[in-house]
Amino acid sequence: MTTDPSLDSPRTAVSNPPVQPMKANLGPGDVIRASAMPDLPPPERELTPVAKLIDVSKCIGCKACQAACAEWNDTEPEIGYNTGVYENPHDLTPEMFTLMRFSEYENPESGEFEWLIRKDGCMHCADPGCLKACPAPGAIVQYTNGIVDFIHENCIGCGYCITGCPFNIPRVSKTDHRSYKCTLCSDRVAVGQGPACAKACPTQAIVFGTKEDMLTHAEARVEDLKSRGYDKAGIYDPQGVGGAHVFYVLHHADQPALYSGLPEDPQISPVVRGWKGVTKTIGLAAIGAAAVGSVLHGLLARANKVSQQDEHEAEELVDHGIPRAGTERV
Amino acid sequence: MEKRLYSQPGDHIETRAPVTVSRYRGFTRANHWLTAASLIVLLVSGMALFHPSLYGLTALFGGGQVTRWLHPFVGVLLFFSFLVLFLQLWRLNLPRPEDVTWVEHIGEVMKGEEEKLPELGKYNAGQKFVFWAMSVLIVVLIASGVMIWEQYFPHLVSIPVRRWAVLVHSLAAVAIILVFILHVYAAIWTRGTIRAMTRGTVTGGWAWRHHRKWLRELAGRDGRGPAE
Repeated sequence: MTTDPSLDSPRTAVSNPPVQPMKANLGPGDVIRASAMPDLPPPERELTPVAKLIDVSKCIGCKACQAACAEWNDTEPEIGYNTGVYENPHDLTPEMFTLMRFSEYENPESGEFEWLIRKDGCMHCADPGCLKACPAPGAIVQYTNGIVDFIHENCIGCGYCITGCPFNIPRVSKTDHRSYKCTLCSDRVAVGQGPACAKACPTQAIVFGTKEDMLTHAEARVEDLKSRGYDKAGIYDPQGVGGAHVFYVLHHADQPALYSGLPEDPQISPVVRGWKGVTKTIGLAAIGAAAVGSVLHGLLARANKVSQQDEHEAEELVDHGIPRAGTERV
Repeated sequence: MEKRLYSQPGDHIETRAPVTVSRYRGFTRANHWLTAASLIVLLVSGMALFHPSLYGLTALFGGGQVTRWLHPFVGVLLFFSFLVLFLQLWRLNLPRPEDVTWVEHIGEVMKGEEEKLPELGKYNAGQKFVFWAMSVLIVVLIASGVMIWEQYFPHLVSIPVRRWAVLVHSLAAVAIILVFILHVYAAIWTRGTIRAMTRGTVTGGWAWRHHRKWLRELAGRDGRGPAE
């Protein structure tokens, strides 16, 4: 585990970054998917998939990750107010890309009180709902290493990413009307540094590396938890979204909802798929066919023209009044 | 004066030789064109955000951000402008028995053979269909549109409801564009119709051919017909 600059991504967030200057290692050639760009050229190379593992069982709720996130991304979250809960701010915001969510749980089996603290934020889905929903070309990209990033200059602020996301993550800024979320510190990863939150985490509840390494590490953690009596400990790496590049170790993996409503089986909603799939294609085809059809009918079929006879009848009617043929006047 | 059954207050025989008939007042025409212009702006901006291949149309409005901002406001404008049209026109667009006969003979309508068709009031069944389809779709579009208006109503509905809203909005949009094409095409194909919305009048022959009951009523009121 080093930050050797010859590697295509950092293997850890813990060690200090390389001191020699290095070129950014994430560029347009590394994009495998981009929003509203179905004909994107294939990426120039395949990067090693990376991942951030959040081990909820190790989290002490210190919010160092939140502080580091705001610090690195140079956001200035509003000074909040206390409503009697630990969450601060009270939700993800365009200035706060990650949030410790605190839930109190009385374990019915052990009778123990448990404080479940989950660091919420973008999961960097392999099949990102935000990217599927986004109408602006290139506003959301996915790199071959798995990072899903918002390219703000292309964002139009429509909020479709919110509609598409199965985890309720993106937030549109009221100031610049662009959507924001965790970038997995793509700008740090590009130059051999792990994400700021992982770097700041004092208990290494947040760790970063290749997806493979992180899965191995997670499995060891699950085993450790099981040996300590957490029989239901497990990995939360939702396969409904193709797996994720941010994933959790949970002590109660059988009940993800305990962790501030982590979804059981998240996936892109079929409604969103229907909207972005068949509706888009068939809808445009129907409109095109109707437009072409009416032009053709206009060119080929005889128009409905008023005849001289019609004009004459009208004059007769207006001048003399022709009793209506056959029927009674209503 | 007799109660109007087939005509709108303001409809009257304008000139006698040749016969021209006033069909829409200046205010109605201006408002119709406001609705039309709004619909076209909505159509172009909406299509741009609907299909990636049409995203380039956002350039007409000054880019994606402006398009996203503009579209819902024009939607509100169209809603109110159409509401005025609706209040003016709904009564004469109520279905009548002769509409059934007209629909049964739609083949002859398409061939332009209207001789065997029943005499009609101010609107035929096709026009009534356009009117009611527009009315229903505009209500659906404004309701679903407000639900997905991120800038002002981000928390109006839950995210699952918002997903339905965006799907319904796009389906209704496709439907209204089809109705719009039908409306424009029918107005062009039926020669002599467009001047009703430009000059406000139609020729007597046009009224005789397509809306004879309407013409009869107006002739009875304004002409030297048996009513006098």
